Amino acid sequence: MSFTQEISFTLNGKQTTVSIPADMDTLTMLRDVLQLTGTKLGCGEGECGACTILVDDVATNSCLMFAVDCDGRHIQTIEGVQSEGGLDLLQREFVEKGAVQCGFCTPGLVMQGTAMLRENPNMSEVEIKRGLEGNLCRCTGYKKVIDATASAMAKSRGEGQG
Amino acid sequence: MAQIEAYAAPSSIEEAAKLAADGNATVFAGGTDLMLQAKSGAKTFSPLLMNLRRVEEMRGVTEDHDFVRIGGLTTVTDVLRDPLLRDSVPVLCDTADKFASGQIRNSATIGGNICNASPAGDMIIPLLLLDAEVELLSWVDDEANWRLIPLQNFFKGPGQTKKRANEILTGVKFKIPSSEFVAGFVKFGTRPSLDISVVSVGIAGRLSAGTLTDARVAFGAVAPIPMRGRETEAAIEGMTIDEATIATACVKAADEVSPIDDVRASAWYRRELIKTLTGRLLRHVVHSGD
Repeated sequence: MSFTQEISFTLNGKQTTVSIPADMDTLTMLRDVLQLTGTKLGCGEGECGACTILVDDVATNSCLMFAVDCDGRHIQTIEGVQSEGGLDLLQREFVEKGAVQCGFCTPGLVMQGTAMLRENPNMSEVEIKRGLEGNLCRCTGYKKVIDATASAMAKSRGEGQG
Repeated sequence: MAQIEAYAAPSSIEEAAKLAADGNATVFAGGTDLMLQAKSGAKTFSPLLMNLRRVEEMRGVTEDHDFVRIGGLTTVTDVLRDPLLRDSVPVLCDTADKFASGQIRNSATIGGNICNASPAGDMIIPLLLLDAEVELLSWVDDEANWRLIPLQNFFKGPGQTKKRANEILTGVKFKIPSSEFVAGFVKFGTRPSLDISVVSVGIAGRLSAGTLTDARVAFGAVAPIPMRGRETEAAIEGMTIDEATIATACVKAADEVSPIDDVRASAWYRRELIKTLTGRLLRHVVHSGD
């Protein structure tokens, strides 16, 4: 057994305390210890982005992050993305534009998209594509994902489009 | 196999150095390399697992007289967005832009990329061009012990460096180049994002009227360590960079690298890439002032 460490952090707005092995990754903690299975395990080595979460608002591959490093931080997962109890703007645009097929990559894409929209509300199409470079999707061909992100960006600027 | 017996997240450099003093710590920052190496069994843990990410004083880019210092905890995203680096050494920002993906750039640190000592470590190449030095701290006989090692002498082999087990890499520093300094970085992979470089090339120097002086060349993923290309440098030093010079340089470059066959490419292909990319980058660098 690996050494166990107690950590406390804010998880989707709620103060959380948990004891975990010091060598555990954050994704395993979220899914297997805290039962938040919205964050997905794809490749487990930082190539696919399905495990993307926000750590102090910064998009991070949770499969590559030591869970002990969550101590004292603000962690947001797909379960914490919502607006007045329903889907938030980016999620609604994913539905609206048909940017979801099998859905496995979607939580990671929404988390990365959320960070991108916050950092730059005026992205060009190239900037959107570059922003999504760490997220693999094997179904949609990305076109609708890019459209949904652009549309959410336009709507959040109050330019209601489509 | 050793097991983790304790975890520590110090908040100062001094505290970190003291914790590492007996040489029994496994140190991580972003964790992006260590996590994978631990999962695959390539790396085993020392009794103390030490997280450096709370040492805020180790993060950031500062200017001190003629030098720039990049703290070891500075992330690749920080480098990409840093106005001082963008202004004085854009090759570092350009390289950061080609590094992995947004999510990994947010976690991966300069110190980690150097200490991981991958022959393909992207950020190492521009730092080699800048003649950077790594700054190491240890805590011996109740006092701080600093030493500087030129980055080009820091690597011993894949994953191996001259950093002692009781030392922390606190930062990297280099002299701000003159206004005539030009530099470029190019990497080759099967896709632009996330691929580990099949090969990478960096070229720099002082450009004046088509002539390159103080020429510096570095190659990644074609030797056991990220290497300076001394023979290629000699072939272009003080020369007008015309097609004849470029042809000579490309042959020298292909001759002085020692690539291996692996899953990413064959040695033969890597040598061809080095030849092609050295030429392409030389042309690009000498026209970057146009």
